[in-house]
Amino acid sequence: MSLLEVRDLTKRFGGLVAVDSLSFSVVAGETVSIIGPNGAGKTTVFNLITGFQRATSGEIVFDGMNLVGSRPHKIALAGVGRTFQVVKPLRGLSVFDNILVGAFARTGDREEARRIAEDVIEFTELARLRDALADGLPIGTRKRLELARSLATGPKLILLDEVMSGLNPTESREAIELIKRLRDERGISAVAGVEHVMQVVMSISDRVIVLNHGRKIAEGTPEEVTADREVISAYLGE
Amino acid sequence: MKKSPLYLSILSVFLIAAPFILTARYTQHVLIVVLLYVALGSAWNILGGFAGQLSLGHAAFFGIGAYTAAIIASKTAFSPWWALIAGPAAVLPVALLVGWICFRLRGPYFTLATIAVGEVVRLIALNWTTLTGGAVGVVIRPSLLSGTSKLPYYYVVLVIAVVTVTLCHLMSRRKLGYYLMAIREDEETAESIGIDTTSYKLRALALSAALTAMAGAFYANYFLFVDTTTVLPLALSVEIVLIAIIGGLGTVAGPVLGAVLLKLSSEIFRNEFAQANLLIYGALLVLVILFMPDGLMGGFRRLFGVGARKSQRVSA
Ligand SMILES: Nc1ncnc2c1ncn2[C@@H]1O[C@H](COP(=O)(O)OP(=O)(O)OP(=O)(O)O)[C@@H](O)[C@H]1O
Ligand SMILES: [Mg+2]
Repeated sequence: MSLLEVRDLTKRFGGLVAVDSLSFSVVAGETVSIIGPNGAGKTTVFNLITGFQRATSGEIVFDGMNLVGSRPHKIALAGVGRTFQVVKPLRGLSVFDNILVGAFARTGDREEARRIAEDVIEFTELARLRDALADGLPIGTRKRLELARSLATGPKLILLDEVMSGLNPTESREAIELIKRLRDERGISAVAGVEHVMQVVMSISDRVIVLNHGRKIAEGTPEEVTADREVISAYLGE
Repeated sequence: MKKSPLYLSILSVFLIAAPFILTARYTQHVLIVVLLYVALGSAWNILGGFAGQLSLGHAAFFGIGAYTAAIIASKTAFSPWWALIAGPAAVLPVALLVGWICFRLRGPYFTLATIAVGEVVRLIALNWTTLTGGAVGVVIRPSLLSGTSKLPYYYVVLVIAVVTVTLCHLMSRRKLGYYLMAIREDEETAESIGIDTTSYKLRALALSAALTAMAGAFYANYFLFVDTTTVLPLALSVEIVLIAIIGGLGTVAGPVLGAVLLKLSSEIFRNEFAQANLLIYGALLVLVILFMPDGLMGGFRRLFGVGARKSQRVSA
């Protein structure tokens, strides 16, 4: 049974159709990439699923619950975590406190929340920066913190918007490793939005969905998708 | 609770013994005013400092608390001291209405809306003559407590200040405090990790307004006179904000230090309540912004490392 089921999802901004009758599903424990060139509609899809924007039409069902029309915090509490393409750290708080705030989604008890945060800070390898303010962190670390904060809320599915952008090769490798461990060690599903056709990202994906101008133009294993003519032309330009 | 530090014990003993050491009536009066503003700055800080919603309308909540006492005194047989409970109760529906209106707005627009609310409440009080006495105000007849001694007043306001500061302290280390800080830092991020931002902002406002109204109720019982120029002016809202900003936004000790510094200096310059010398305040504000951008608390931390947050900046 699928954890997330998106059916005929459409989002219009005035005359522009940012997402065009998109359907796809994510099975529990699966890592899916959504790739697509600049402006393809990846961020909009994430915003629709997490309730930050409202769908023009279509259905989003997560874990048996209809998400359309729910407020973002409700969706987060239902088990959908997210990161932001332009990272949004809680600047004035330390790395540990950023994660701790997330952990309070699961418990009102301070000690219990601290234990959850300790576990997450170890898992995401941010422990040595625990007391650093989120404000001054380098971009790779900020992206990791973004994921850690969301992970602390105990999601079943995490939507990662532009996991790779702005990262240097070392940081990219670390990010890939972390996403892999999310699935392998924690059984958490992830949907990773990526702008470019990146071999590394696809290599850890069970499935790849390709968006162009808001429409799904291909879906399949990484091998199938990279061989697809339409995908190639979308990236090279018609 | 972990061990309470030595300085807290010393401070407690001092606060309880203070009126016996400082026996001059005028000195006791200054202590009472300082404690009143400790409560006001701390109560405001819950909404403004922790949750980051800069209200410039808190005089409305203070005034409602004060007028509750005045109305109880003039229209009922009950003691106006009941306003310590009735004032916060009366302010809650107003606070929720204010939140419902103002929380649709963000940043400076929110602040402007709270100024408008403050003015609306002031104008209502000015014109609802049958209830409030209008421009004439209400003189409260002295009650049981109001003998010649200032001691009872001192202890009442001490309890109000201690309760307010303690609530801030407890909150700052619990889920509520963390959620308010998350809202202050980024509302979208807060929503994305499951925080009902509307609900938590309303809770902060309700708590902040109720504690402010309690301080207002005390004010009326102490000064025995209430009118719109003393308990509802915009200048009062500004003064409360300055105390928190100068002391340090979003810290528990900040408004305490701010109130001590501001009220002591304004008493030294012999200003009347609610006619605070905004010139002195302005000068202090400029100094603090120039030299201690995180308020007195931030400055103290940097100078002496006392109570230093373990946080440090890490450069890229
Ligand atoms: N709030 C909005 N109002 C109007 N148009 C929007 C809005 N948000 C997105 N768009 C448009 O919708 C389209 C899809 O944008 P979206 O940000 O979802 O793409 P993306 O795949 O995430 O691209 P990127 O690689 O730039 O992140 C773009 O044409 C964009 O200009
Ligand atoms: Mg995007």
